[in-house]
Amino acid sequence: MGMTMAEKVLAEHSGKKEVNAGQYVWAHIDGTALLGGSHRRLEEYGVEKLFNPDRVYAVEDHLAPPPTVGAANTMVEMRRAVKKFGIKNFFEYGRHGILHEIFPQYGYVSPGDLIVSVDSHTTSYGCFNAASCPINEEAAYVLAKGRLWFRVPPSIKFVLTGEYPGPEKFVVGKDIILRIAAEYGTEVGLYKSVEFEGPVVHQMSIDSRFTIANMGVEIGAKFAIFPCDDKTLKYLEGKMKRPPRPVSADPDAVYETVYHLNVTDMPPYIARPHDPSNGVPVTKVEAEKIKVDQAFIGSCTNGRMEDFRMAAKILKGRKVHPDVRLIVSPASQLIWQDCLKEGLWDIFAEAEALITHSTCGPCFGGHLGLLGDGEVSISSTNRNFQGRQGSPKAFVYLANPATVAASAIEGYITDPREFL
Amino acid sequence: MTIFKGKVWKFGDNINTDLMMPGSQFLQPGISEKEAARHCMSANRPGWAEQVEEGDIVIAGHNWGCGSSRPAARMFKALGIGIIVADSMSRLFFRNAVNIGFPVLICPGCSEAFNEGDQANVNMETGEVENLTTNIALQGEALPSDSPPAQIFRAGGLKKLFQKELAEKKV
Repeated sequence: MGMTMAEKVLAEHSGKKEVNAGQYVWAHIDGTALLGGSHRRLEEYGVEKLFNPDRVYAVEDHLAPPPTVGAANTMVEMRRAVKKFGIKNFFEYGRHGILHEIFPQYGYVSPGDLIVSVDSHTTSYGCFNAASCPINEEAAYVLAKGRLWFRVPPSIKFVLTGEYPGPEKFVVGKDIILRIAAEYGTEVGLYKSVEFEGPVVHQMSIDSRFTIANMGVEIGAKFAIFPCDDKTLKYLEGKMKRPPRPVSADPDAVYETVYHLNVTDMPPYIARPHDPSNGVPVTKVEAEKIKVDQAFIGSCTNGRMEDFRMAAKILKGRKVHPDVRLIVSPASQLIWQDCLKEGLWDIFAEAEALITHSTCGPCFGGHLGLLGDGEVSISSTNRNFQGRQGSPKAFVYLANPATVAASAIEGYITDPREFL
Repeated sequence: MTIFKGKVWKFGDNINTDLMMPGSQFLQPGISEKEAARHCMSANRPGWAEQVEEGDIVIAGHNWGCGSSRPAARMFKALGIGIIVADSMSRLFFRNAVNIGFPVLICPGCSEAFNEGDQANVNMETGEVENLTTNIALQGEALPSDSPPAQIFRAGGLKKLFQKELAEKKV
């Protein structure tokens, strides 16, 4: 019987010819991370040796650099652990980035890989045709043994068709995933492998595919996998540490459900507080003139070149509204440098945006821009749960970076296409 | 222990881990789990954590534990909750719970069958869920006894299993 992408990856990594949905397997892992703080688990478990220190990538991204003495002391311990376990791939602040950007940027993911890692947005590497999913409590076990059990998930598929508007029209991957979450709910992918196919997938940039795979966890996905095409290989060319083993589903693979989504003339989407599935076209909220206090462009979801270029187009020659603060944070140090070289930081600085280094901070209320009581934020991040970005009495709207930029200028939630 | 009997606390759909373990709290290194647990549900149900008694049971709707991978099951363990039963559960939360030996059970229809304050009886091994107050019985999805998660849970969590494997290797 034909296999889906997830079935093929799990079969290959568990040494089996074939696996079926519902079956339990033990599979070897191609790579994982040591994220700030998770070194404590190694001690807790009594781990003495890692399965392969070269397949472990260490970075601290959530509170980069430490805003408290406690966080700083965690880093003192982490650096010690990195040395103790012989991890060479340690991304100290200054050459760091958000974990999920580090992985592809340094070639730690190849098509066909099976990757697990702490932090829920590990589903992101699915955009590179890998099966990747988050773990937490099992981190020490994976670091020590390089393997983990899986229950093979059933697969569903989203076929994206029609005319992809794209960054030129300010409608991108973020809008598609917000629309999917709105139309199908946050349980549509619950414990399933979600595959994305259709001509629109191949028209999308890797950055946009990344956003969709990243927010795959928001629709419950175990894996969120894209096909491997020329764009995938071009993006990873010269970076991949291991040769690609692209995986595609067999023609007779079995899917629980296949959904079709036509994106022709799709508007940008926003998600109202307090759930990522509370999405509506931005056209539906414009009349409400929802005032914003803070605007944020960044995070693993939308902190890449496509995002900053789109926002810069809108901000060029304009200023952020006097009652709004716009905070801009790229997903990695390397992206920070590329924005500098392309003159994007000049545009943001002239517009009176606050440009920071790479960190997860503002996304989850860690540091660098928490919200106070009653404040409203429009954010290019992935979750808007109550209290996530600071006060439980604040409100977070999710949007694509162009919508964030447009709203930062107008002072209220605005359709970015007005700036076309 | 796989049979749990206790007073029910009800929660709805999509209760995410940010609510269970607010970022501003759990990221204070050095904070004990008991301390952090005091903030469990403080945004959506302030004061709940203080009311929980040892052995109480949580019955929830769909998509319990969605969102961040933070180890929120530890909060319920620290509060003394006996078991969490939900219509459906984020696989991340499910795995995190099993890995620390914290009892969880998926039981479609459970949230319809219980009101807060009811007495529940739950058998995690067989998946049987009973509302002792209304005499309604339901069948949940018990783990196959030979599956890795069942083995891990029986061992008392992944750490215990790992240490057992380590000891066996040394012998």
